[in-house]
Amino acid sequence: MKQTLEKKDYEEDTIPESELFSPQDKPKPARGDTYFRWLTAVCALVLPLIMIAIGLALLYYSVPALRKFGIGFFFSEEWNPVTQQFGALSSIYGTLVSTILAMLIAVPLSLAIALFLVELAPPRISQTVGTMIELLAAIPSIIYGMWGLFVFAPIMAGYVQPWLSTYIGWIPGIGALFQGPPMGLGMLTAGIILGFMVLPFTCAITRDVFQMVPPVVKESAFGMGATTWEVTTKVTIPYGLVGIIGAFFLGLGRALGETMAVTFVIGNAHKVNLGLFYPGNSIASAMANEFTEATEITYISALICLGLVLFILTYLVQIVSQMLLRRMYRAWSVGL
Amino acid sequence: MNAKMKPRPPGGRKILNMIVNIWAVLSAILGIVALFWITITVLLKGWSALNLDFFTRMPTPPGVEGGGMLNALIGTFVLTLIATVASVPLGLLGGIFLAEFGQESRVANNSRFSANVLMGMPSIIVGVFAYAVLVVTLGNFSGYAGAFALFVIMLPVIIRTTEDMLRLVPNTLREAALALGFPRWKVTLAIVFRAAKSGLLTGILLAIARVSGETAPLLFTALNSPFQHFFSWNLGLDEPYPNLTVTIFDYAMSPYPDWQVKAWGASLVITVGILLLTISARWIIRTRKA
Repeated sequence: MKQTLEKKDYEEDTIPESELFSPQDKPKPARGDTYFRWLTAVCALVLPLIMIAIGLALLYYSVPALRKFGIGFFFSEEWNPVTQQFGALSSIYGTLVSTILAMLIAVPLSLAIALFLVELAPPRISQTVGTMIELLAAIPSIIYGMWGLFVFAPIMAGYVQPWLSTYIGWIPGIGALFQGPPMGLGMLTAGIILGFMVLPFTCAITRDVFQMVPPVVKESAFGMGATTWEVTTKVTIPYGLVGIIGAFFLGLGRALGETMAVTFVIGNAHKVNLGLFYPGNSIASAMANEFTEATEITYISALICLGLVLFILTYLVQIVSQMLLRRMYRAWSVGL
Repeated sequence: MNAKMKPRPPGGRKILNMIVNIWAVLSAILGIVALFWITITVLLKGWSALNLDFFTRMPTPPGVEGGGMLNALIGTFVLTLIATVASVPLGLLGGIFLAEFGQESRVANNSRFSANVLMGMPSIIVGVFAYAVLVVTLGNFSGYAGAFALFVIMLPVIIRTTEDMLRLVPNTLREAALALGFPRWKVTLAIVFRAAKSGLLTGILLAIARVSGETAPLLFTALNSPFQHFFSWNLGLDEPYPNLTVTIFDYAMSPYPDWQVKAWGASLVITVGILLLTISARWIIRTRKA
């Protein structure tokens, strides 16, 4: 016994130096810190809870409509509060069409503006113009709606739509899109205004992407005699493609759910029409217009079910855009 | 060999480049024109509606001339204020967790992801949520529900900007303070916050600007009201609550020319307010950088 003890004592003296500072020796964090950490964690967790709660609430309140109409709810064009028949087809169609139109305007415009801001304009002008484009995002949706209804729609009705139907409307195929009563209210007007509303969001990120391409890469292309356009299409855009697509998905998400401006100018008719001049509606505009009028459970439930569709659509679009933007920022080791 | 290597004629490429450059300049001009067209329209049409009555009188019944929007002005202010007071502390603390404690942990990543999704969530969906949570349970449209909807929209914006701003503070500052023996919470609140002060203020101002122009989430939560029981104990929040943006919607869609003019007046007030907030927020962060 004694011998072993002695042996142990001897061993303790020769503990390798690396073990002398064991992890247990680390000082405990102050007690206030533990509380503070938990407090902040709870605050941060409010967000996921809210998101789950939104999804569950929408699901819960759309059950009556889904139970009554079944899967046919999504494929029926009929929308009649009097007979209590509801179908989501026209709203979903309108949402998709107006969003596509908006992206057709916002994508080329934001690429061109980013090109101007990064490659062409001198720094001071670039800064000023960039700020102005970003201020477009500060104007509230309802102001776009007012302007669209009282200023832009009359112009569409008086000049643009007659011109389009005369000169493009007769072409077989694409001409079918430019049909309908030239009242100024309808899909086309809504899509154009949406495009300008989305522009600042897509443009801001596209500009960031253009700016983050290392100058050396661009300069080497310029040095080979490439023009600005060739540098953009062959160097800048391929380099930042993931980020640019992410930016457009972000804009897409915005366009899907934009409410007030669309409500003012889309015409609010539950009809599916190929012609872009016909009045239509979108999910958001149907909800904005009819929610306060709805009194029966089925009616409210049908509207909330539309909301559920919109929730799922924007959720998916958000996931894609987050993934793409995150991948880009991580690749360039800049925190998102 | 050399004789065969003729330089390509540069014509086509140069012309294409020229066309693209012109297109880029025109696009930029188009964006600026859109901004000025909208703001100048609002300015011109709204200016004639603004007078002392607009700011100091209650609205009149439809068809009766005169009256103002005192109730809606106060209403929007109160709703925004409540949403701000509720979301700023919560958002600052949540942002601290993401930047200082959570970082890449699962909880933090979940929270960050939800914040990004909620920021892109259509505001009308948030309105439906507030309707389901507060209007259905309380039994009527109320100012509480409206303020709650605005709060839900504001919170993710404040959390994310707080995180971004705190991350800009260099780690050496934290280390220096920790080395002096400060506990972590004191380091965060007394030192890191002070360093990020202007950024945080900017974030909060931008969030307020964004929320005060929202219409969709108020449509079926706060609704609207021609009355204002401002002097009751709860500011009249348990009833439909007047606010500028829904008033603009109602007045613009109404057949009375007098109301439409008033809608433009309200649009001017809200646009100028928001643009001022946005520009001052940018100015704060820019003077800080310089």
